[in-house]
Amino acid sequence: MTDKARSPITSAAAAKHLKRRRAADGRFRYYGLTAILTALGALAVLAVSIGSQALSAATYNVVRYDITLDPAVVAPEGKSRPADISRNVEGFYSLIRDNLLDTFPEAQEDRVLRRELSDFVTRLAVLPTARLVAKNPELIGSQITVTAPLNDDLDLYLKGGGVRERKIRTGLIASVQAGAEGTYALQGAGAFDKLIAGLTVAGEGRATDAVQMDVLLTSGASTGRLTSITPGAATMELLTGKAEDFTNDRPTARIILSPESERTISDRQIAWTLALKDMGRIKREPRWTLLTNSDSTYPELAGGLSAIVGSLLTMLVTALVAMPIGVLAAVYLEEFAPRNRVTEFIEVNINNLAAVPSIVFGLLGAALYINFLGMPRSAPLVGGLVLALMTFPVVIIASRAALKAVPPSVRSGALAVGASQMQTVFHHVVPLAAPGILTGAILGMARALGETAPLLLIGMVAFVGDVPKSPMDESTVMPVLIFSWSNNAERSWEPLTAAMIVILLAFLLLMNGLVVFLRRKYERRW
Amino acid sequence: MDTSQGMSPVVDNNLTLPPIADAAAAPRIDCRNIKVFYGETQAIHDVSMSFPDRAVTALIGPSGCGKSTFLRCLNRMNDTIENCRVEGQILMDGENINDADVDPVLLRSRVGMVFQKPNPFPKSIYDNIAYGPRIHGLANGREDLDAIVEKSLRRAGLWDEVKDRLMAPGTGLSGGQQQRLCIARAIAVQPEVILMDEPCSALDPIATARIEELIDELRNRYCIVIVTHSMQQAARVSQRTAFFHLGNLVELGDTSQIFTNPREKRTEDYITGRFG
Ligand SMILES: Nc1ncnc2c1ncn2[C@@H]1O[C@H](COP(=O)(O)OP(=O)(O)OP(=O)(O)O)[C@@H](O)[C@H]1O
Ligand SMILES: [Mg+2]
Repeated sequence: MTDKARSPITSAAAAKHLKRRRAADGRFRYYGLTAILTALGALAVLAVSIGSQALSAATYNVVRYDITLDPAVVAPEGKSRPADISRNVEGFYSLIRDNLLDTFPEAQEDRVLRRELSDFVTRLAVLPTARLVAKNPELIGSQITVTAPLNDDLDLYLKGGGVRERKIRTGLIASVQAGAEGTYALQGAGAFDKLIAGLTVAGEGRATDAVQMDVLLTSGASTGRLTSITPGAATMELLTGKAEDFTNDRPTARIILSPESERTISDRQIAWTLALKDMGRIKREPRWTLLTNSDSTYPELAGGLSAIVGSLLTMLVTALVAMPIGVLAAVYLEEFAPRNRVTEFIEVNINNLAAVPSIVFGLLGAALYINFLGMPRSAPLVGGLVLALMTFPVVIIASRAALKAVPPSVRSGALAVGASQMQTVFHHVVPLAAPGILTGAILGMARALGETAPLLLIGMVAFVGDVPKSPMDESTVMPVLIFSWSNNAERSWEPLTAAMIVILLAFLLLMNGLVVFLRRKYERRW
Repeated sequence: MDTSQGMSPVVDNNLTLPPIADAAAAPRIDCRNIKVFYGETQAIHDVSMSFPDRAVTALIGPSGCGKSTFLRCLNRMNDTIENCRVEGQILMDGENINDADVDPVLLRSRVGMVFQKPNPFPKSIYDNIAYGPRIHGLANGREDLDAIVEKSLRRAGLWDEVKDRLMAPGTGLSGGQQQRLCIARAIAVQPEVILMDEPCSALDPIATARIEELIDELRNRYCIVIVTHSMQQAARVSQRTAFFHLGNLVELGDTSQIFTNPREKRTEDYITGRFG
């Protein structure tokens, strides 16, 4: 090396040039870093927003009922075969409703209250119990404990969503006196000072005497609604429980910020829920039903099982169609086909096919498979075939890249010992390309798993309450279920949708993990 | 192979060889008017030469002169190259291997090839050797195959080094061992001719010496054609040498004559290092 090479800066111009070059390098690195941080930030926001929503749907509140399986109700004369018992929703439901009416006798006489109480459990929530009894008829006549999910709105309320409220602890209530029509006068020196202050804040200075917002007062299992408040006394309308519970207690007041008419849950339902909770009959449990139940119109019963099975069946069809076609086409194009106009034309079109918007494949599928070939609508078979159309160009492209990456020396080595072209390809080239081919295929399948649009067009969006048993059955898939659930107006669907998204992402992660695993396991150095 | 006869090596090397029967007999391979085209460009111009049995023929010449191309004609590997076209006759046992009804796959089992870069299959050492016999159905059962593998490895001088790890991957061997593995792989299908395209160019001197020894031993049984850039190697291992230049066969003769007394000016210039 000459001296010049050791210190290349010989002039001011060269020094300036060098400085500019270094600045450009630094700038570029900064741009790259910014891009990565932006991407990571977006990912984090997504994970947090979906994750936190999904987390609230990961558990739900279930209510415990101790019921006696009265044979006359559960298995009445002529309807006592297991099949009848398992379908006897009305009978089991009445047992649970009667249990609730026993717990809250105030609802027994009033029709409106009875309906409000009935909302605690959806009828279909008793199905698992009915099936259990049908399988074990010896249970009939005995007392059993069953659990059923709490109504979704009340569940949301218990989780702190849906209804906005403020909780304030009151002072000591000295005496409770019964007044007219189920009202009670509560007295306690300065017991309601804090409550009034809280009301003032919440009501932004509105009159404190005439209560505009609902104020519920809870002591143990008893809850009442305040109708007037002064610092030392208040009038309360008892909703559930016993008035005596309030004497010598510091009950909790709940200021509920939205009026009853604007809510999906009534004051009395809140009171009953709080009472059940106080009795220890409400428990928060992991929501396995998300994986074991099928779709339902009731959020507390809805689960993704049918969609998961539908997705698996669809993927099975897609894999069985797209993988062989894609891999064989790639092997033929890469290893056997002569290079000419025709193969070039095919190549270009395969690349184009991979870029066609998926909804176009949906239209094609609807026209070809359903209208022309007369296949069943909404079936995983058709969905899988549509997704296969979409997937196999991806498989071809990935497989060809993997085949191209196999060094030519392997081919010539095999040919030189007298292997035929086909032996060379299938004994040596394809095994070496297999990890790459599988990677491409699985990634193509992962894309298909998350696909919604083409499946909407072939009718896979229909409500499906049963788990499909074959690829010919009516079915839906996970992303379409997410789409349907997110279209529901009720608020309690939101966390459910998020939870379903997490399940779908888990499946995708599983597939990507499989890719990494296969790569690690079978990757070979040449 | 007992029907095949070869020309006597004229070069005096210090190996004691079984006497080669009939010096005037037909050569193992006889090439007549070979022309090779890559698309429009001609890489080999009208080359005629023959290769004697049980002798090593070296092909030398500057880079790009067409040595590899010519070598590939001998087992029709040029067929696998896009837009490569071969004209002329190559006679083996009186049969033109360029005939349309000759199966190149069968031909390649008779004409083995070893490449510049060792290219064992990414499989076990055993499977590397056994692959050829398996696809050609040369072995009757497992024991037979084991015997073939052992014999091939012994002939390639690799047996003692790998006998304890036959199931280890062939790609895990050293470069020189890999090249001997490739030679064993070629031997395993019982070829009559072995083509070697710069088999030592990726190896160190010690590994090269081992391969050269091996070639010397193999000469007893096979017709060997070797492409090399090393004059010393050509002089050491070959009995006949062909000098190629720009796709033409410039000079062909006994190795001793080519290196000591070349007839052509171009040959002399190349050998003495004046171009290349
Ligand atoms: N696949 C190919 N397509 C087109 N031209 C080729 C191809 N292979 C070789 N050639 C050309 O044919 C001529 C001879 O090439 P070849 O590889 O036979 O030379 P070589 O003597 O083996 O050279 P080297 O000593 O560098 O290996 C060269 O001009 C080369 O460019
Ligand atoms: Mg070459």
